[in-house]
Amino acid sequence: MGVQEYILLSMILPLLGAVMIGMSGPRPNQRETVTIVTAIATFVCVLQVLQPVLDGQIPAVTVAEIVPGLPLAFAVEPLGMMFALIASFLWIVTSFYAIGYMRGHNEPNQTRFYMCFAIAIASALGVAFSANMFTLFIAYEVLTLSTYPLVTHSQTEEAKRAGRTYLGILMSTSIGLLLVAVIWTWWAAGTLDFTKGGILKGKLDDGLVIVMLFLYMYGIGKAALMPIHRWLPAAMVAPTPVSALLHAVAVVKAGVFTILKVIIYIFGAEYLRETGASVWLMYVAGATILLASLVALTKDNLKARLAYSTVSQLSYIVLAGALSTSMSLVGGAMHIAMHAFGKITLFFCAGAIMVASHKTEISQMRGLGWRMPFTFGAFLIGALSVIGLPPLGGSWSKWYIALGAADADQLIFIAVLMISSLLNIAYLFPVFARGFFGPRAEEEAQMADAHHHGDGHHGTDEHGAGDHGAGGGRIQEAPLFCVVPLWVTALGCFALFLFADRLYAMLAPIVK
Amino acid sequence: MGFFLENLPALIIVVPLIAAPLCVLLQGKDYAFTVALLATWFSFVCACYLVARVTTEGVISYEMGGWPPPIGIEYRIDTLNAFVLLIVSGIGSVVAPYSRSSLLFEYVQDRAYMFYAAYLLCLTGLMGVAITGDAFNLFVFLEISSLSSYVLIALGFDRRALTASYQYLIMGTIGATFIVIAIGLLYQATGTLNMADIAQRLPKDGYDRTIVAAFGFLVIGAALKIALFPLHQWLPNAYAYAPSTVSAFLAATATKVSVYILIRFLFTVFGVQLSFEVLPTSLPLMILAVIAMFAASTVACFQNDVKRMLAYSSVAQIGYMVLGISFVTVLGLQAGIVHLFNHALMKGALFLVLGAIFYRIGSCHIESLAGAGRRMPWTMAAFVGGGLSLIGVPLTAGFISKWYLIQAALDKGWWFVAILIVASSLIAVIYIWRVIESAYFRSAPEGAPAVAEAPLSLLVPAWVLVVANVWFGIDTRLPVGMARLAAETLMGVK
Repeated sequence: MGVQEYILLSMILPLLGAVMIGMSGPRPNQRETVTIVTAIATFVCVLQVLQPVLDGQIPAVTVAEIVPGLPLAFAVEPLGMMFALIASFLWIVTSFYAIGYMRGHNEPNQTRFYMCFAIAIASALGVAFSANMFTLFIAYEVLTLSTYPLVTHSQTEEAKRAGRTYLGILMSTSIGLLLVAVIWTWWAAGTLDFTKGGILKGKLDDGLVIVMLFLYMYGIGKAALMPIHRWLPAAMVAPTPVSALLHAVAVVKAGVFTILKVIIYIFGAEYLRETGASVWLMYVAGATILLASLVALTKDNLKARLAYSTVSQLSYIVLAGALSTSMSLVGGAMHIAMHAFGKITLFFCAGAIMVASHKTEISQMRGLGWRMPFTFGAFLIGALSVIGLPPLGGSWSKWYIALGAADADQLIFIAVLMISSLLNIAYLFPVFARGFFGPRAEEEAQMADAHHHGDGHHGTDEHGAGDHGAGGGRIQEAPLFCVVPLWVTALGCFALFLFADRLYAMLAPIVK
Repeated sequence: MGFFLENLPALIIVVPLIAAPLCVLLQGKDYAFTVALLATWFSFVCACYLVARVTTEGVISYEMGGWPPPIGIEYRIDTLNAFVLLIVSGIGSVVAPYSRSSLLFEYVQDRAYMFYAAYLLCLTGLMGVAITGDAFNLFVFLEISSLSSYVLIALGFDRRALTASYQYLIMGTIGATFIVIAIGLLYQATGTLNMADIAQRLPKDGYDRTIVAAFGFLVIGAALKIALFPLHQWLPNAYAYAPSTVSAFLAATATKVSVYILIRFLFTVFGVQLSFEVLPTSLPLMILAVIAMFAASTVACFQNDVKRMLAYSSVAQIGYMVLGISFVTVLGLQAGIVHLFNHALMKGALFLVLGAIFYRIGSCHIESLAGAGRRMPWTMAAFVGGGLSLIGVPLTAGFISKWYLIQAALDKGWWFVAILIVASSLIAVIYIWRVIESAYFRSAPEGAPAVAEAPLSLLVPAWVLVVANVWFGIDTRLPVGMARLAAETLMGVK
């Protein structure tokens, strides 16, 4: 089998998996085995494409030519390769985690959950492998639609309202702005193929470049640039594995990935630098970084805080794209990987805490670290990576983006990055600190208190209350299916620090 | 065989025409059904053959009864004719087997043969309009199709179908009268009824009052039959109260054939120069089309009867076709003609699905659809497929239409029209979403009777059209290629 077949197979497999998951609905064990096997097989397929890409090739395959010059086609370049590797690898980890979480939480409609999850992964890989903006747009839309049932999973009024925000923002921006930009690009450039150096150079008046860039940047709603970020916190009503893999990795990274693709292969970084069309975007991204961090500080709900942290971190990548220097672009691309591993770890931890102790608010987590040391340890590692401290992956990408800002003579954004790091510490560290430094003696009293209040904290509180009395100082971790995956991703943060040079070497060709 | 193929342009009309009285004579509902099915399928095969011949050999000219034009009636088939023939007979072939178990029979069981006779006459009329090269013959066929469609609409179960049919009869007759007045004036001015002949004899640049009057009558008459805003009043009621089969058939074919009449007269008979350079036709058509797109789509959002909602959506979609015509460029005309084809597919599919819903639930009210997603999964999945195409989601036929329309608008330099096209698709998202939300995200009311999946005889035809929507959204060679050829011929580029 050639590399082309592997490219197609890596998207077909999850779809087939979705069908088989649907057929094994009433048999949970079979269903989850199918999920795991599909996830592993998909990852293996994606791996088969890696070597040719490392050798500098761009393996491509055309499925159908819809309109002359506008094919449904896939081509794998380094950026897409990286995104596909992350998404497919983390799908395996998340699948294990999901088993622990969904069973531990007694969630309904699990078959639909696993099916939609597989379809979402297939479309994320479609986004990664797209050879032109048209194919990417289709995969992008499928990703939105397939994640909608996941967001509204619980089918409560709150979930439905969130689902409407989610679909409303993502669909209206993509059809109202992105599609317009795509069609305009096609009309102006006569092609939509991702081409090195861009396809728009010399095809647009200088003033219109800004308009076009605006249409793309706000059309790609998944990148959650303020003020169209509302859908991301709204999506947090979904079960935690969804928040972890989709709303920290696959969906949001598909957004910033598309932004990098557009900047590198549609506009051309050089063209953007020459025209200065992206200066406004730097300021919007910078503002999003700081504002979202400040909002995160005010959130007591752990998942909401992480969501705003994601909004802020995504804008690092948008900022890197707007700076359009080779350093910043590689740094932005690396940040996709670094943030993916860091943030998924944090979400896994949030989910594990929810499963083990039914706590969702940070203020309730006092002293919890002593009972869940593994979870909180991993949380620290993930947090440090997101903050950007060595020896964790996040430090490299931040470093390169800062270098890029220096290259572009935009020193103010180095300051923005530094302030943001401080804010990251301010909103992530207290979670950890509360877990460990809260007085253990008081815990008993608080437990008793929580016992009485019952519904006071959260609807699910009562469920777990029974364990608490006996708990005290004993270790009461989440199921193994939850704890092992979150350590896998936490160790991934270390690995990304140590092997960052390999990632850099792989990504370097995108700006050469 | 040679003789048979030679006379195919006549047979495609004559066979369903003769089959119609045969249905009445045979009476038995199975006999009538078989005759109607075979006649329709025969027409479809003929249409496919004609399409193949036109694309390889060019224009086919057939002299009825051996009388050469302009004395005799000429059947003249170029790419556009063949394309419309293909649409009409293709939709007819899908709808015919569907009609058998469609709910219609629950009410007019014993008079089914009447339905088939009217249906075949309607098919004959529509195909006749599309095939003939003679202006008066065109009017005759138009009347055949109109009269039989009044009958078909009046067969609706709801008694309001009678008033709807009557309303359509009045409006349709005014339209047809206008068209025949136009043809009369043209005959007076040129002394011939053959359309190619009229085109040749009309002064291209002169401002002749008779011809301008003919032009006015024709455009208004055609606009009435097309249901172009604001002459669309008859359409929503007619489609809403007609039997499901009839709604599907008429929505997918009747207005398309009327659009064909408009294109044929504007571009071939009067000529681009007279229609658009001497007379300012382009701008009013564009404005009306855009208003139709927005006004009708918005009204559709407030309809609670899904059938009625789709009827208003049809008025909006007709706006897209007329918009394509109003560009007066090859690209615009191509977009309009492509949408002719694609809209037939999507509306056909959606109305067939509604028929299946009505068959089981007994209502197309949006409230009564609650929970249908779980109870009739295949039917509702088909609705989603057709709905996506109607919105214009990529990989469906609807996207191809929108794509070419927007290209045409940009090409013309009317970028604000391009934005309006996108904006109006967003309204389509709203009204389709309302149905989906009701079917999938609401549970059936307490105590609602158990509802099973629709029978295969209804599902298969609906799914054939849904699959066609996807197929022609990916493999666009046939519709786009034919539309391109037709547009080039009409604009005189080729």
